[in-house]
Amino acid sequence: MKKSYYLFNPGRISRRDNSLKFTPVDDLGAEGAPRYIPVESVDNLYTFGSLDANSALYNFLGKEQISVHFFDHYEHYTGSFMPKDFLLSGKVIIAQTEHYSNSSKRLSIASKFIEGAAFNILKNLRYYNNRDKDTSVQIDTISQMTPQISSARSIEELMGVEGKIRLTYYQTFDLIINDFEMGPRTKQPPSNEVNALISFLNMMCYTLCLDMIHHTQLNPTISFLHQPGYRRYSLALDLSEIFKPILVDRLIFSLLNKRQIQTQDFDHQLNSCLLKENGRKKVVKAWDDKLNETIKHRSLGRNVTYKHLIKLECYKLVKHILNIEEYKPFKAWW
Amino acid sequence: MSVNGTLIQLFHICPREMWLHTHGINMEHTSETVYDGKLLHETSYSQRPEKYTEITLSACFNNIPLTGKIDFYDAKQKIIHETKRSDKAEVAHEWQAKFYIWLLLLNDIPDVQAILEYPKLRTSTTVQLTSHDILHLTNTISTIQHLQQSDKCPDKIQSKICKSCSYYELCYIEE
Repeated sequence: MKKSYYLFNPGRISRRDNSLKFTPVDDLGAEGAPRYIPVESVDNLYTFGSLDANSALYNFLGKEQISVHFFDHYEHYTGSFMPKDFLLSGKVIIAQTEHYSNSSKRLSIASKFIEGAAFNILKNLRYYNNRDKDTSVQIDTISQMTPQISSARSIEELMGVEGKIRLTYYQTFDLIINDFEMGPRTKQPPSNEVNALISFLNMMCYTLCLDMIHHTQLNPTISFLHQPGYRRYSLALDLSEIFKPILVDRLIFSLLNKRQIQTQDFDHQLNSCLLKENGRKKVVKAWDDKLNETIKHRSLGRNVTYKHLIKLECYKLVKHILNIEEYKPFKAWW
Repeated sequence: MSVNGTLIQLFHICPREMWLHTHGINMEHTSETVYDGKLLHETSYSQRPEKYTEITLSACFNNIPLTGKIDFYDAKQKIIHETKRSDKAEVAHEWQAKFYIWLLLLNDIPDVQAILEYPKLRTSTTVQLTSHDILHLTNTISTIQHLQQSDKCPDKIQSKICKSCSYYELCYIEE
């Protein structure tokens, strides 16, 4: 079973025969004991610390279909090394483009993403409403807004509905989370612990979606809900809408309420709050554990990991754009 | 678009799989079974690559270009060897082998036989081509060509073998 490797410490990664070697290098340039990583076990690499590598390594990673995701000192996603596309299908790209350029086809897919997101958001709220957190007001408000999703006549209108739902949803964070205040959603930089966790994990979710898309024939720059092509692989943003409530938000609630992450795990500056390295390690570990949790899938009758659900979502999209089967967004059923 | 041995085989297992494959929707990289088969292919009969030749063939029939890549061809005895992992799709394997025999025939090499080898089962089957088979292959390639040009993906076959297919999740994922 392949897994993600998270590199927090600075060091050098190199190709050693047909495998990988990681040599930690400290601030003074002193080398530590090298670690060998069997290449067959690597799904992808996430690098948070500074990493030295040469082109021979990247050629090797490319051949092995291993992507490398980079993050800066402030935990921002800065980019990825993606191996050459190996799953090219002209048919799929043309069909995907066609579904983008036909406004009614585009709107229909985009609204499914919001529909899935809203459903999963309500699922979270109902869960906590049954556990002494009164979220009934927000449940009602969001439930009343959901019919607007399918009646939206344009992407802008749909985005408006999505924005209102999310705003209402974020109001509940202060009700659900015990000892922390979130207040308004702030990014760049996040102002407090909750916002810092949302930003960090949303980015991890986006990266995960990108990785999953890369393993299918879909093109990550052609999106339906978000405006395609500029700045980001916007199809990953589209997909992450559906999964953020299930993967990111639930994890934040449990990390904070179970006190696995505490105030001292954050670096508080005058106007920003970011995870400290140790806190980041804890969050990444919890995230990775979450992704590897399995559920029995209804239509497949198999156990699948949360991570795999995103790939299955890509398959559904492929089938939709090839007119094989209408796309139904993932809705948590448990 | 040309018709090759893989498509002949896939068509006999599942027309939908063939359609997806021909439109660039490949799933083989996700499959342990496929990887296992490839490994088996590389490791079985290790002395053979020196003795036999790998050949690429092409022909044109009724304006349909045909191609095939035969892994082991024994030119002296006129025998095609095909190594397969399991005999679950034996009928499809036979048609693939028959297609290769036919390709050789179209290249003026008559009287070729094929042997399907299942190293894991320690069995093998001999395959010959009859005039009746040629008729079937003729019909098959025109159906395949028709499917290749069609925008409509064939339905799921809802068969027991779907469970071990690398396309299973793509086909059966619903919500």
